[in-house]
Amino acid sequence: MSEFFSLLFDTATPLGWSVVTLLKVLGFVVVLLVSLAFILLADRKIWAAVQMRKGPNVVGAFGLLQSFADFLKFAFKEVIIPAGTDKFIFIMAPFLSLVMAFIAWSVVPVAPGWVISDLNVGILYLLAISSLGVYGIILGGWASNSKYSFLGALRSTAQMVSYEVSIGFVIVTVLLLAGSMNLSEIVEAQAGGFWHWYGLAFSPITLVMLPMMVVFFISALAETNRPPFDLPEAESELVAGYQVEYSSTLYLLFMIGEYLNIVLMCSMVTILFLGGWHAPFDFAPFTWVPPVLWFSIKALFIFFLFAMVKAIVPRYRYDQLMRLGWKVFLPLSMGAVVLVSAWVVFAQGGA
Amino acid sequence: MELAVLLPAIAFYVFAGAAIAFAFGVVAARNPVRSVLFLIMTFFSAAGLFVLLGAEFLAMILVMVYVGAVAVLFLFVVMMLDIDFVEMKQGFADYLPLGGLLAFVLTVELIVLGASWSISGKAEELRQAPITEGQDNLQAFSAVLYTDYAFFLEAAGLVLLVAMIGAIVLTNFHKKGVKRQNIPAQVARRAEDGVELVDVKPGQGI
Repeated sequence: MSEFFSLLFDTATPLGWSVVTLLKVLGFVVVLLVSLAFILLADRKIWAAVQMRKGPNVVGAFGLLQSFADFLKFAFKEVIIPAGTDKFIFIMAPFLSLVMAFIAWSVVPVAPGWVISDLNVGILYLLAISSLGVYGIILGGWASNSKYSFLGALRSTAQMVSYEVSIGFVIVTVLLLAGSMNLSEIVEAQAGGFWHWYGLAFSPITLVMLPMMVVFFISALAETNRPPFDLPEAESELVAGYQVEYSSTLYLLFMIGEYLNIVLMCSMVTILFLGGWHAPFDFAPFTWVPPVLWFSIKALFIFFLFAMVKAIVPRYRYDQLMRLGWKVFLPLSMGAVVLVSAWVVFAQGGA
Repeated sequence: MELAVLLPAIAFYVFAGAAIAFAFGVVAARNPVRSVLFLIMTFFSAAGLFVLLGAEFLAMILVMVYVGAVAVLFLFVVMMLDIDFVEMKQGFADYLPLGGLLAFVLTVELIVLGASWSISGKAEELRQAPITEGQDNLQAFSAVLYTDYAFFLEAAGLVLLVAMIGAIVLTNFHKKGVKRQNIPAQVARRAEDGVELVDVKPGQGI
């Protein structure tokens, strides 16, 4: 029996590799979905706390089961497909955005070796996948055959495409410092205490990298359509943007995809600027905590910031949003690329 | 046959077949939006072929630039155009003879060319990209791109810059009489600039 198991989990054989990879994928999906339920709740609780409300507090102790109740409600409602829609694309769009959100996670390392696929071009893969996330939105908006949906989709897409550019340049600065596109190697390059993390390093280049972390954070808000850049779904103006015609499970898929992307962006900030799974101090009591816990703590802290921004910042106007993306962040991040490459060549001596 | 040889071969035929099928879909689809979707799938299949060749960097760039940006703009334009499908199909019969003739001539030419084509024994070997052990795709690329081919790279960048400026000049015009937002002026504005306190005498007004 034990021989059978050792054969089944031996990654050298095709069968063992498939089994292990499948288990990894399953693990990621289950953990992500369950934690997503509580992250959603946390988002609403933080929002409520800032406005001095109680937030969801009826289902389960402290409302802990609220997300599951919401899930059941979504799942049991009727799927309404409006007349005149392109049925195939209408149903495909939410699936597309969910799948894109999930497969992006396949290159995210949450602890040493805890990654589904340790790609050499991991960060390019992430950029490519996140640029595909646009399709779920634009196709959903178009297929709904509604002017509101379509306008919301156009806004959303234009916004995401714009901020992708500055995100790309910010990522390039990190790549230059780490000298690798492999996410695990980027994290390894920041080993040894928080004074080695790219966002907080005790080094003159942090004068560039710290603002870049802020730029990345704000661009991530825009990229995931979070407030203050939630124009695509601005409830008071465009009803709910591209998803106005969606109901029940299809809407739920959009929602899960959106929150998965938000958590992904939080993990990206953690990996690129906050040293991924590394402990803030590289000595005893801190190194006892398992790496995956450090990763989660950091990512959740960034998510807390996301939630706080939602609660306290008023919505941007659309032209201001575009101005910020193209006229402020793009020149800033391009300048940072120049500065960082100069630093790498002249101060660190070699590329 | 060995599995390591068989799998890439199967993958190649799957990707290549998919690319051709989707490319056919681009032309055959009635709805232009679906055409663009087929085009995107074609790009994807091509990216898959790049991965098979060991050029994962090119594959990622293809997905990022063409699928992520160019095709989105295609979709924007196609979705916003108001296309009358009935009218579009009307011309089909008129153009059929001429189009059919063109297609026939081109096919014959291709067949003649293909039949007279001879492949030298070394051709395949010469065309293979050398993949050095221990050096990834990206390093191999950048080692020549920014040294031997730096001039061509910069020239290409310059051409794109000119095209971009041209596009902006052609489409950008400032309407007269439109109030524009001046952010620095707004930020620099103080209470003293905007508020004037007037001491109004009772019964007199301002």
